[in-house]
Amino acid sequence: MAEKGGPNMAQYVGQNVKRKEDHRLLTGNGRFVGDINLQNMVEAAILRSTYAHAKINSIDVSAAKACKGVIDVVTAADLEGKVKPFTEFVEFTLPPILEEHIKPLIKKNPEPMLAKDKVTFVGQAIAIVVAEDRYAAEDALSLIKVSYEPLPVVTDPYETIKENATIIHEELGNNTQALFHVKIGDMDTLLSKAEHVLKARIKTPRVSGNPLETRGVVAEYEVRNEQLQVWSSTQVPYMVRSYLSKLVGLVENNIRVVAPDVGGGFGPKCAVYPEEIVIPYLAMKYKRPVKWIEDRLEHMQSTRHSRDQVHDVEVAFDNTGTILGIKDHFLLDNGAHNSFALCCAYNSAAHLRGMYKIPNYDLTGQIVLTNKTPNVPYRGAGRPEAVFVMDRIIYMIADRLNLDPVDVSIKNLVLPEDMPYDTELFYRDGAKMVLENGDYSVSLKKTLDIIGYEEFRKLQKEGRESGKYYGVGISSYIEGTGIGPHEGAVVRVDSTGQILAYVGSSPHGQSHETTLAQICADEFAVSPDQVTVRAGDTSLLPYGVGTFASRGAVTAGSAVHVASKLLKEKFFAIAAVMLEVAVDDLEMYGGKVYPKTMPSNFLTLQEIALAAKPGPHCKVPEGMEPGASATHYFVPPTVTFSSGFHAAVVEVDKETGFVDVQRYIVVHDCGRVLNPMVVDGQIQGGVAQGIGGALYEEIIYDENGQLITGTYMDYLLPTSMEVPVVEMGHQEFLSTRNPMGIKGVGEGGAISPPAAIANAICDALKPLKLEINSLPVSPGKLRRLIEEAEAK
Amino acid sequence: MTQTTIVKMKVNGHEIEKEIESRWLLSDFLRDNLGLTGTHVGCEHGVCGACTILINGDSVRSCLMLAVQADGCEVETVEALAKEDGTFHPIQQAFANNHALQCGFCTPGFLMSVKNFMEIHPTLPSDDEIREAISGNLCRCTGYSNIIKAVKEAYQLNG
Repeated sequence: MAEKGGPNMAQYVGQNVKRKEDHRLLTGNGRFVGDINLQNMVEAAILRSTYAHAKINSIDVSAAKACKGVIDVVTAADLEGKVKPFTEFVEFTLPPILEEHIKPLIKKNPEPMLAKDKVTFVGQAIAIVVAEDRYAAEDALSLIKVSYEPLPVVTDPYETIKENATIIHEELGNNTQALFHVKIGDMDTLLSKAEHVLKARIKTPRVSGNPLETRGVVAEYEVRNEQLQVWSSTQVPYMVRSYLSKLVGLVENNIRVVAPDVGGGFGPKCAVYPEEIVIPYLAMKYKRPVKWIEDRLEHMQSTRHSRDQVHDVEVAFDNTGTILGIKDHFLLDNGAHNSFALCCAYNSAAHLRGMYKIPNYDLTGQIVLTNKTPNVPYRGAGRPEAVFVMDRIIYMIADRLNLDPVDVSIKNLVLPEDMPYDTELFYRDGAKMVLENGDYSVSLKKTLDIIGYEEFRKLQKEGRESGKYYGVGISSYIEGTGIGPHEGAVVRVDSTGQILAYVGSSPHGQSHETTLAQICADEFAVSPDQVTVRAGDTSLLPYGVGTFASRGAVTAGSAVHVASKLLKEKFFAIAAVMLEVAVDDLEMYGGKVYPKTMPSNFLTLQEIALAAKPGPHCKVPEGMEPGASATHYFVPPTVTFSSGFHAAVVEVDKETGFVDVQRYIVVHDCGRVLNPMVVDGQIQGGVAQGIGGALYEEIIYDENGQLITGTYMDYLLPTSMEVPVVEMGHQEFLSTRNPMGIKGVGEGGAISPPAAIANAICDALKPLKLEINSLPVSPGKLRRLIEEAEAK
Repeated sequence: MTQTTIVKMKVNGHEIEKEIESRWLLSDFLRDNLGLTGTHVGCEHGVCGACTILINGDSVRSCLMLAVQADGCEVETVEALAKEDGTFHPIQQAFANNHALQCGFCTPGFLMSVKNFMEIHPTLPSDDEIREAISGNLCRCTGYSNIIKAVKEAYQLNG
């Protein structure tokens, strides 16, 4: 059908529309999972392992059960035959073509709901107390007696792959859980004859996503119609529903999972956790609503961590700074379990060469297990680690050849004339990994302009003469965003004329209610106020995926766009019957449909919606279903590639090792910008997390596998004192892989800061020839490096 | 037997009197006993600032205080900021205008800290002073820059 409409211009997409979410959140009327209080509700508290690796000889819950206010104490034995153990997450199974290409070894390694015979990390759940309130539940926790028999602990990724290492899961044979190989060209021959070969070990430590709201679950079972209602602070309510159904044995349609207001996710809430299965089961068992809210100590111990990769790279390059090839063997220390197949590890492999043309590439990725909390994706998901490797390589090459790192970067960039650029790899979704468009050299130039690069070099020189150490560091990234397999939208007009858009992707700060309303509003040429977006509820649509991997705008945005178009077409068809004119003679503006020649003879959306009701007065043309709604599931052909350059300007206090990030610059391309204010907010927030990873954040275990950084006094999140205002520049190369040209933006801000800041510090202290190849660059670490360099 | 105590306090202008377990945290009392769930609990060890409320006008972390310690006090939570018809307080308006919140979980704590700051610092502060003033509140989403902008605008809206 031909495109209909009056002024068919985008009125709201691209505008700084104020957020529809804000009123409730600012007035204390948000509803987070912890805010839910149901009649007759009981509360749960969880006993967690204090040992990193131990046999459990016995668990005595008798005293705890006798405690006042306690309803029950549940251990693994109580779940047997009732709740099945986890399987690996099938959502992350490799597509056959990728499997064929990289021939991975992946051992199944799902985790138990509750530890039974042994524990494998500190913080692993062992028993659950259900009591009248949380205070009573915690009283009882302290009365549970677990008899542990300690086993040797392994926390180091290199120790764990030694032949004589303690095997954490006997059935796996050793502590390597997964292994894969990516090969392009002939790296070994190249290394034997290259002009220059650089070797380095580059490490991104373990960190924690740390949303300000911890995890939490509330569940209620309605016996009358066998309905299980679950509220969870999750990024993936449909995945929670799916595993609940499989593991507790319920009809899927009898489960409704709601992600209410969710206080940040960033990746750690993009998994199904034991508590999300067991708490609902207990609500069914006791026929009382059950609430469990994680406290921060539990969060630090048991909510999944991320990163923790060590790369051993060999890089071949020539005298001009052209990179000929990279060989890399990296270990990803995944803690005690991995249910995500190759997710982060393969992301690292696919993104490591970034926006550079590097013809020879030979990479081995090895996922190893240790007695630490399991790892999951966290904002960037394997890309910050890869970018840290790649951009340290650029700077190290520049050092070796005495070139400006910018020149090394330019030398190797994929150019606009190379687009679409085939990386000769397959992406994680099984499609060929082809960068579709972009102009990276212009992006770099914009970055340099914002920095005032030449001017800065002068200031830097003057600074050094007076004992002040300023540095600038640059990093770049590409990111496959908007991964499938799909996301859906139902767009409807109700009998009051309000437009409703329901989506399967559930937000946790990304502003879906506003940006998706903007998309829908533009189709109907109405104000976003006339569009109500609902998300985060499995009762809205039969299928949904979730918000992660910078996919919300791309997938749900596209689904809303297409579903809105479909509904608009249907409304034209109904209006044509009502007004007895041809569809092609109609146009729509301001929520009204009218003949182009007679705008006064209009129908409102409400009138058309009422005429769409089934029954004798229905005006829906023959061949169309009655009803004022349309559904579309957007299935992306593959990911779409966002990209950007980051630059950090730092001052280093050589005496204390303290690094002050004075300026931070981001120039990025996320395709069509739906709401600049929201996009800038995502970038600024991502950069803050990246600064945390660069300078402050590290999850540390001691040799016994005890978590050293279990509080906010030890695990340092950036505050307002540490995060500068990010200076931004934009490019808008529309994606060719979805109808609106959107590329994802959620993660980009967090990907490059570690590399940019580490490079800036190296640049500031250039005369010392520091190689900062591990993070975070704490004052202590930097002082050690300075002392070592000065002793040389 | 868990000990109970009767507490009396004025919460958001309303006199309340309740018999509670003496060990209850003020944050839990406000949320679970009074249903004022706008005050959020982020870390329960006094670092993140999400649970910040005002007690006799001073900003206080309600997770570090027992409810019984607030006996006889005037307590103000985020629920008291907007007018009854929902009209924003200038600080709330400035936050909405400047996209100073994303997930919104930490926001009530920021609002209360800023309210207190504006009272003790009535003239427009510098950016550095604002940064310092909100440095006891953690936000994991926004990267703070829009919050700083919002605080400045709140001063203007306050006239």
